[in-house]
Amino acid sequence: MAEPVLSVRALRKSFGGLRVSDDLDVDIMPGELHAVIGPNGAGKTTLINQISGLLAPDGGRIVFAGHDITGVPAHVRARLGLARSFQITSVLPGFTVLENVAVAVQARSGSSFRLFGRAADEPELNRPARAALDEVGLVDREHVPAGHLSHGEKRALELAIALALEPKLLLLDEPMAGTGREESERLVAALQRLKGRFPMLLVEHDMTAVFALADRISVLIYGRILASGAPAEVRADQRVVAAYLGDEME
Amino acid sequence: MANAAPAALAPAPARSFYAGRVLPALLFAAFALAPLAAAAGAESYVLAMLTRVMVFAIAAIALDLLVGYGALVSFGHAAFIGLGAYAVGILSAHGVGEALLALPLALAAAAVFAFATGAVCLRTRGVYFIMITLAFGQMAYFTASSLAPYGGDDGLTIAARNTLFGMPLLRSNRFFYYFVLAWLLASYLFCRALVHSRFGRVLRGARENRGRMATLGFDVYRFQLAAYTIAGTIGGLSGFLLANATEFVSPAYMSWQRSGELIVMVLLGGMGSLHGAIIGTAAYLLLEEWLAGITEHWKVIFGPLLVLIVLFARGGLVGAAAELKRRLARG
Amino acid sequence: MSTTLFVVQVLNGLQLGILLFLIASGLTLVFGVMDFINLAHGVQYMLGAYLAVAFYALTGTFFGALVLALAAALAFGLVLEFAVLRHLYDRDHLDQVIATFGIILFLNQGVKLLWGAAPLNMPIPELFSGSVRLTEGLLYPVWRLVIIGSGLAIAALLYVLVSYTRIGMLVRAGATNAAMVAALGVNIRRLFMIVFGFGAMLAGFAGIMIAPILSVEPGMGDTILILAFVVIVIGGIGSIRGAFVAALLIGLVDTLGRSFSVDVLRLFMGPSQARTVGPAIASMLIYLLMALVLFFRPAGLFPAKGR
Repeated sequence: MAEPVLSVRALRKSFGGLRVSDDLDVDIMPGELHAVIGPNGAGKTTLINQISGLLAPDGGRIVFAGHDITGVPAHVRARLGLARSFQITSVLPGFTVLENVAVAVQARSGSSFRLFGRAADEPELNRPARAALDEVGLVDREHVPAGHLSHGEKRALELAIALALEPKLLLLDEPMAGTGREESERLVAALQRLKGRFPMLLVEHDMTAVFALADRISVLIYGRILASGAPAEVRADQRVVAAYLGDEME
Repeated sequence: MANAAPAALAPAPARSFYAGRVLPALLFAAFALAPLAAAAGAESYVLAMLTRVMVFAIAAIALDLLVGYGALVSFGHAAFIGLGAYAVGILSAHGVGEALLALPLALAAAAVFAFATGAVCLRTRGVYFIMITLAFGQMAYFTASSLAPYGGDDGLTIAARNTLFGMPLLRSNRFFYYFVLAWLLASYLFCRALVHSRFGRVLRGARENRGRMATLGFDVYRFQLAAYTIAGTIGGLSGFLLANATEFVSPAYMSWQRSGELIVMVLLGGMGSLHGAIIGTAAYLLLEEWLAGITEHWKVIFGPLLVLIVLFARGGLVGAAAELKRRLARG
Repeated sequence: MSTTLFVVQVLNGLQLGILLFLIASGLTLVFGVMDFINLAHGVQYMLGAYLAVAFYALTGTFFGALVLALAAALAFGLVLEFAVLRHLYDRDHLDQVIATFGIILFLNQGVKLLWGAAPLNMPIPELFSGSVRLTEGLLYPVWRLVIIGSGLAIAALLYVLVSYTRIGMLVRAGATNAAMVAALGVNIRRLFMIVFGFGAMLAGFAGIMIAPILSVEPGMGDTILILAFVVIVIGGIGSIRGAFVAALLIGLVDTLGRSFSVDVLRLFMGPSQARTVGPAIASMLIYLLMALVLFFRPAGLFPAKGR
């Protein structure tokens, strides 16, 4: 059995008296798109924040690509190849679409401690940036300030930024949240195209998207993983249906 | 604090040629020609006034780098000016009056102070950052006040302006004027290049969304510390020039009120546009000069004016001009 | 360095601390609940002092001056809030700093216009003038004890208000999460006005109480403002308890530092050196303290918003 790209063991996090991550274990295998589903408040975003390094867990271990990253700062995890998108769109609103992606490329391409030379004109940044934008269909919007994009376009931009990072693992925090039918179909298609290129951890509510994309699904209820396996298995699992899917699946 | 970052600029669609090139060029041309255009008799007054404007403009540009581009509201920026000035003063008190020694010392002192205090300050955010920069500024102020051999509270008069390569060139007010103008131009061009560089991009990105930059892989702290040190060093340059301009140094150069005034100068011109810092400084100092001529109680007018500006003209003069242009274009 | 001197300075430190608490508590509440940096709080204190002097000249009694000045300080605070400050709540901190900085300029100059630049005075009320013998050989001014006493009484009152009343609960909730409180349907405008008015009164009260023993002059609010900010930063923004602890700490550190720095340093260096370095270190002590606290606790000692 192959080594997991990401291994979370016994993760614990409490806010006051509330245990948001309760002895949580999850593994992401190479090349797979692993979805984490669960009711609101189950701790999905908290999980992503702990994995990406924006939140420190109270206990447990996180191992990524062979490195123990528990306690390692966010920017170092990013340099190790961990990329994420945010649930509340987190682009740089004053930057243009192109610049948003170019800065991601910049993070990967040599030193940013250069005080001279116009970054906006560098082809070694702009070319990969445009390529990423092409993948998500935003090339003709490249000069628009990101703050002016529609919600779905911002989501797509987030995806382009993540791509530009050439990640070893991509964390997707509810990319479909707030998108209309058309936009989410486009996003799903984009994610389909990216499947296999690198492993992805997808936290999502939109069950259509989840079952269209996921290789494996883990169900997070009250801070613990209740069940984990192939979509068909999980769908059929009585405990899961009782706790969660029963309401979601019409 | 959620709203600690200054309002991001309304996204400027590809900076108009006018704002980006012509306006700064006109500005510097105006500075270059002013002494020649001044009426006979008024020349020394104009020279002195504009020299002062340029000296503070250098510090304001550096502060704009932090406040406007980096969203780091430093309330202790005057300390760097003071350090640069005291470098000149202390050397002079010991008989050393050569610019080639005083200037590097001024820059080094400011740089070291900026690096050391920045390392601590930048661990904090929002209002805590403002407070701790203020605290360090106060520390510098009190240290200077207690330097009895160098004038203490009363300050120190400098025998004469620094010599340049051993020659008393700076004693000519005209020469000194253009000397300062050259440094202003250099500072402006340097900061401008910085803002457009990869480094500047990271700084601006951190202003927009710090968490995002971290998850992209940037160690934001290191970049901000570098920016803080650079801004402090340029402040030291300003102090070196100030001491030479006034031939006097005093702890008052480092007071928190001075730091506050610098922030106002940057805001007045329009944050996040380096030439705006120059315009804001000019507007502030000239307005102060004009109002003080009308009444000794000019602050009674100036205070509410500030409030009104904050409430209604947030983009500063540059922003107001842009707004005006937009309105006129709409017809 | 005698024990008597030490005790006297400790009491002086406590008195300064209490004064700082009165000012800082209003400041920390306004900041905590409304997320509003109010640099004009210092001039509120100065105004209290000036109003006390003015009303004393009018009424001839301290009590009369106290009541009228408090009322006027409150009225002024509310007018300021209504006319200017409430338009700034949604703005970022930089805007608030600049605008309230403008108010400082305006008022510092304004009092100069109205009352002149020369320092003013008023006498300590008859009943409380003079000194009391605390122990053998230790006399201490009664008025300073009155300040300490009234400050502690107000601290207790604040504690009761904040912990046991409905308004107090709203204030505490607001300090932790103002958006939430508003979302729960509480009239947030009115809450803000009450918090602000109360804070203004506290600062004014501090000014009134200090007027008999300190010269009242333009700019007197500026230094105390900085100290107050240091207090709330060390104490933790939004926390009354933090403000109390930090205020006393700072009052003591600053006073004892200034009195004994030269003596302490003389243990390590020559007398003339100590005399130069001492005052400088003394002035810096509280800032060093703040830097130290922020290094270990970037959100202060008792942050209201939790860590």
